[in-house]
Amino acid sequence: MALPLTYNVRNVLVRWRATLATILGIALVVAVYVSVQAMATGLEKSSTNTGDPRNVMIVRKGSTAESSSQVTREQFKLINYLPQIARDSKNQPLISADVVVLINLPRRGDGGEANVLLRGISPVGIALRPQVTLVEGRWFTPGKREVVVSRRLAARFANFEVGDKFKTGGKELTVTGIMDGNNTAFDSEIWMDADESRSLFDRENYSSLLLRVLDAAASQTLIARIESDKRLPLHALSEVDYYKSQTKTAVPIKFLGDFLATAMSIGAIFAAMNTMYASVGARTREIGTLRVLGYRRRSILASFLIEGAFLAFIGGLLGCLFSLFINGYSIGTMSFQSWSETVFSFRITPWLAVKGLIFSVIVGIVGSLLPAIRAARLPVIAALKSV
Amino acid sequence: MLSQVMVEANIVTIRKLSKVYQQGDINVTALNQISLDIRAGEFLTLMGPSGSGKSTLLHIIAGIDRPTGGECHVQGVDVTRLNESELADWRNQNVGFVFQTFNLIPVLTAYENVELPLLLTRLNRQQRRHQVNTALELVGLGDRSHHLPRQLSGGQEQRVAIARALVTSPSLVVADEPTGNLDSQSAHDVLGILQTLSQTADKTVIMVTHDPKAAAFGSRTIHLEKGELTN
Ligand SMILES: Nc1ncnc2c1ncn2[C@@H]1O[C@H](COP(=O)(O)OP(=O)(O)O)[C@@H](O)[C@H]1O
Ligand SMILES: [Mg+2]
Repeated sequence: MALPLTYNVRNVLVRWRATLATILGIALVVAVYVSVQAMATGLEKSSTNTGDPRNVMIVRKGSTAESSSQVTREQFKLINYLPQIARDSKNQPLISADVVVLINLPRRGDGGEANVLLRGISPVGIALRPQVTLVEGRWFTPGKREVVVSRRLAARFANFEVGDKFKTGGKELTVTGIMDGNNTAFDSEIWMDADESRSLFDRENYSSLLLRVLDAAASQTLIARIESDKRLPLHALSEVDYYKSQTKTAVPIKFLGDFLATAMSIGAIFAAMNTMYASVGARTREIGTLRVLGYRRRSILASFLIEGAFLAFIGGLLGCLFSLFINGYSIGTMSFQSWSETVFSFRITPWLAVKGLIFSVIVGIVGSLLPAIRAARLPVIAALKSV
Repeated sequence: MLSQVMVEANIVTIRKLSKVYQQGDINVTALNQISLDIRAGEFLTLMGPSGSGKSTLLHIIAGIDRPTGGECHVQGVDVTRLNESELADWRNQNVGFVFQTFNLIPVLTAYENVELPLLLTRLNRQQRRHQVNTALELVGLGDRSHHLPRQLSGGQEQRVAIARALVTSPSLVVADEPTGNLDSQSAHDVLGILQTLSQTADKTVIMVTHDPKAAAFGSRTIHLEKGELTN
């Protein structure tokens, strides 16, 4: 039989002054762990949010990202005639050829610069991406050097307010509107007219094609058709799959999170160990008394392990609470896929919080293992004689 | 036949009991071949100078310490032959221990302290509540059950400790200088309770004390000196 849990809970609370530092230490570790993982999750989410299952994306064979892909105008024309493509009310195929260009622009404030992804897009391309909404100003006019920037980029780069002008490649562009990508990859893009961008940046070819298919079966037929055509060095995949594959940047962040948490948890384990040793030392006579009453060594062992786990659990809860402050906070980083500024939000999922709590409990149990063993091994008589 | 009668009448039978501590080359003899019988219902007091082996003897009888030689039967069980887990269970069921320093768990209320030994039994919550309240009322602290040890006086703490020793209804209660840290009025109360236990509740009480006035509450006094009985 075990000692009652209230015994452990009250011992932790009664000794709160001594345990506070340890609890805060564990809270810090968990907060760092949860935050970095929330960053990776947010980054992944912004990619996986993006695709529309009704859309098919076409890039050059061998390209893993639009920015390194090329689709010629002849290829675009060929694809145009495929019967699987849905059509609008005027019987025009719903297909958009986009141009993706990286431009280097000054950030707000610090004077630094970063690459931003500029997408040349047609009206059909906008229609195919209904997640994106205009929140301020107006859309760009085809044939003019006008751009619409995402709200999240606007917060991070200079001259991105409606009416502002900025220069790239010696040419001046005017911001006519602000769009919201609703937590998709489009939150990290600037859009302008496709043909205007091709002439501006001297591009012969397009980067990618996006099209709407008639139905799921049509999607499979079309993908199979393009993939099997030896004359077309193109790769077709559903837009959902394409953006799913764009999450590699999250991998090193996750690794960093795991690494930081592991390194910091070693410190936290020693803190917990120290606290629990002190607790065992201060309660030596109490342990002797419990043994006299009939409690066995393993009850004592379990009790101190539970106490350490509980203590760490409080730290874990606090850590999750701390990390909640950054939930939804938007952050930018260089994407390893598009090589441009990617803006996304920290995203703390319930599962992430649970992982943080499990992590804290493990820290607590590992840290209290040796102190608990010492407590269980105390000889009764000697324990009773301690003051 | 003779031995059988003896076992029935005596709750404790000690034969040639020794405890020798080895400290490097030196042997410290705490108990030297002691033989002693304690009858059921007795209130035995154990006196003797400091270091004479009183606590050691009490600990062995209570199954907390082990002798280096001899036998110690308590209610027919040779406690020297039980292994550690058996001894833990045996203590829980058969002995109540009262310490000089009370040894209540500071974070638990009087009620919870008294309940502790019962958590190791099969009793359900209701049965436990009944026993805890009975024990607390017996020591006159039925109204203090939700107080923490630090909210009680020394005398009250020791009475809670006695309630904890009694709550499992053991036949044997041992107390090591239970009044050593108490003022004379509290000491008087505690001694009165221990005396009542042996006289009306049919408990066997063994108490170590320095104080002849305390020893006067007992029904028999034995003296230890340098690990040997002197009377
Ligand atoms: N762990 C020990 N190691 C060595 N000697 C001990 C130990 N415990 C007790 N003793 C010795 O045994 C003798 C009896 O001790 P104890 O039973 O505590 O005496 P009392 O309770 O009568 O004061 C003393 O001489 C004491 O020093
Ligand atoms: Mg003593």
